Amino acid sequence: MLIFLQQLINGLTTGTLFALIAIGYTMVYGIIELINFAHGDLFMLGAFLALTIVSALGLEHMGPAGATGGIVLTFVLCMAFCALLNFLQDRIIYRPIRNAPKLTPLVSAIGVSFVFMGIGQIWKGVADINFPDVIPNKNLLGTDSLRFTAKDLLVILVTTPLMAGLTVFVRFTKLGKAMRATAQNPTAARLMGIDVDRVIGWTFAIGGLLAGAASVIYGLTINTVSFQMGYQNGLYAFTAAVLGGIGNLPGAMLGGIVIGLVRSLGSQYVGEQWTSALVFAILILLLVFRPSGLLGTRTREKV
Amino acid sequence: MNAPLFRFLAAFLFLFGSFALGQGDAPVIKIVSSLPRTGSARGQTDTIVNGIVMAIEEAGSKVGNFAIKYEDLDDATAAAGQWTAEKEAANADQAIKDPDVMVYIGTYNSGAAKVSMPKLNQAGLLMVSPANTWPGLTKPGKGDQGEPQKYQPSGKINYTRVVPADDIQGVVSADWAKKLGLLKVFILDDREVYGKGIADLFHARADEIGLKVLGHEGIDAQAQEFKPLMTKIKAGGPQLIYFGGTTQTKAGQLVKDMLAVGLDAKFMCPDGCFEDAFIESAGADNLQDRALVTFGGLPPEKLTGKGADFVANYQKKFGKMPEGYAVYGYECGKVALEAIRRANKKDRDAVRAGGLSIKNFDKGALGKWSFDKNGDTTLRTMSGNTVKGGKFAFMAVLGED
Repeated sequence: MLIFLQQLINGLTTGTLFALIAIGYTMVYGIIELINFAHGDLFMLGAFLALTIVSALGLEHMGPAGATGGIVLTFVLCMAFCALLNFLQDRIIYRPIRNAPKLTPLVSAIGVSFVFMGIGQIWKGVADINFPDVIPNKNLLGTDSLRFTAKDLLVILVTTPLMAGLTVFVRFTKLGKAMRATAQNPTAARLMGIDVDRVIGWTFAIGGLLAGAASVIYGLTINTVSFQMGYQNGLYAFTAAVLGGIGNLPGAMLGGIVIGLVRSLGSQYVGEQWTSALVFAILILLLVFRPSGLLGTRTREKV
Repeated sequence: MNAPLFRFLAAFLFLFGSFALGQGDAPVIKIVSSLPRTGSARGQTDTIVNGIVMAIEEAGSKVGNFAIKYEDLDDATAAAGQWTAEKEAANADQAIKDPDVMVYIGTYNSGAAKVSMPKLNQAGLLMVSPANTWPGLTKPGKGDQGEPQKYQPSGKINYTRVVPADDIQGVVSADWAKKLGLLKVFILDDREVYGKGIADLFHARADEIGLKVLGHEGIDAQAQEFKPLMTKIKAGGPQLIYFGGTTQTKAGQLVKDMLAVGLDAKFMCPDGCFEDAFIESAGADNLQDRALVTFGGLPPEKLTGKGADFVANYQKKFGKMPEGYAVYGYECGKVALEAIRRANKKDRDAVRAGGLSIKNFDKGALGKWSFDKNGDTTLRTMSGNTVKGGKFAFMAVLGED
């Protein structure tokens, strides 16, 4: 039983991480129907920046107060960096080809993904790099049979408010409303006086913001970064977005958590080597019986 | 004179001329190596290449009448981060097509050897590996069904290696674990030829000598973290985790996740992790007195005689300590030159036969050894190492009792 609980914790923490990245995929898809393949690699660049900042500040040698300050600073800088980079990516690459056939931005996204990977490779090389262990592995619970570490706490502390904030933002603010309107029908939104390009720019920025947060959490909790991490995590995050119903925000969060849980429980009860296969088997089964994903609405009119 | 006729005559004269003059202008013999030069094995292969270059330079880049040229090929791609079958096959083809190539030094990964061995065997090109340890490459009955015959379509043996194979390493690793009192062990492997091979050998030996094997699982080397796996392993309370794999197949991440779930056990891995990249990716503190790394042969600082000279010269030339495999690179270079010397002609089959005829060889840095009839070295010495202060530290000589 304790093991089951432990695996739930493991699954939830990695799952929320996937969810944060998945939101970036799903938001962009929801609004311009583009699968932004470069999103995973944006996440990778964020993690590299986090590594650079953490090493430059020497956070692992600092006391708790200094480390906390440093971590907050890292979060702010990486989130800003990823948001800006994602915004610029849209502004420079996707916006000029907004009205081109759907395949054009898709192929461009693959191109951007390669460019980002290339930058990562030049920046930090091709080997796996150790990310300094700033947050201790100390168990916060009294018993040793169940572990909830400071790292797990960090994941929950950062992801929950971000997701809640995003939900509130999309549902209750003017910009959020504009986003939903644009997602529903860009032409009508434009007729209603919404600056569609600006809204799309914001969508990219918010997706980048979350990817930036995810990248810092990833570095601090998984402790290894490499130029290929964007591909692997992007694949899972994209799967999470599809699983939850692409274009659907709560769906992406749910999808991420489901994947995290399938991985951890699969490793416990089926076998480590089958975890990836299990994730995709579930995806296929789900898509056969529920093509729109867990929370996706049934085929929208424009698809 | 019209151009085609001129070309024909020129070609004729050239051919005739070279027959007539024999070896007038120092003919060139090429030695190529095919190693993963991109990715995290880079540090290790850098020192192997340095070793090869040293061996060739010490010989003045010539053997008898022949000028020796060396070419350093890469069998890895940046995208994969490690060797790929396509690249290794292309390297083998390139070597075969180049009539000057007489020796092929490689490969680093046993999986890569499986790709290039049949090709090079057909071409009769001598292969000398500084690092392959999968027993099936050479030893009948020690590998999978059909090994090693499937690598020898020509029926002749063209493959040699200067490192002891894993049928020795897997066994001494398990013996070492027992000697250290680590009796409850969980075995992991990366599901590759090398990693799974050695893990299976470790497993078999562990059963034989009475270690308690709590489980044996393959990991997905593409996965990013292994906390669920380590949580499961922790429940069994192992004293040792044995990982059959390399730095490139996530040895470092396994150590981190083991500590992340609060599992305090030793971590043993084979020579594929005996490189600085392993310490860098795992974090030096995490490995302190925890990592147990076996290696075929002695670490550089423990070499004596010609070996010690090699280490001193290496330091003088490159300004740092050689990594574990440098000495094997050097030995490969020496073997390649000796094979050419014994053949004394630019003929692939003669060089191949020359290489395999090497017995009681003591021109290199590893002491006196021979190739047996399968092309394996007769050396059996292994060492056990741990990590102290971010560096490998020698613990024990293994497999000599």
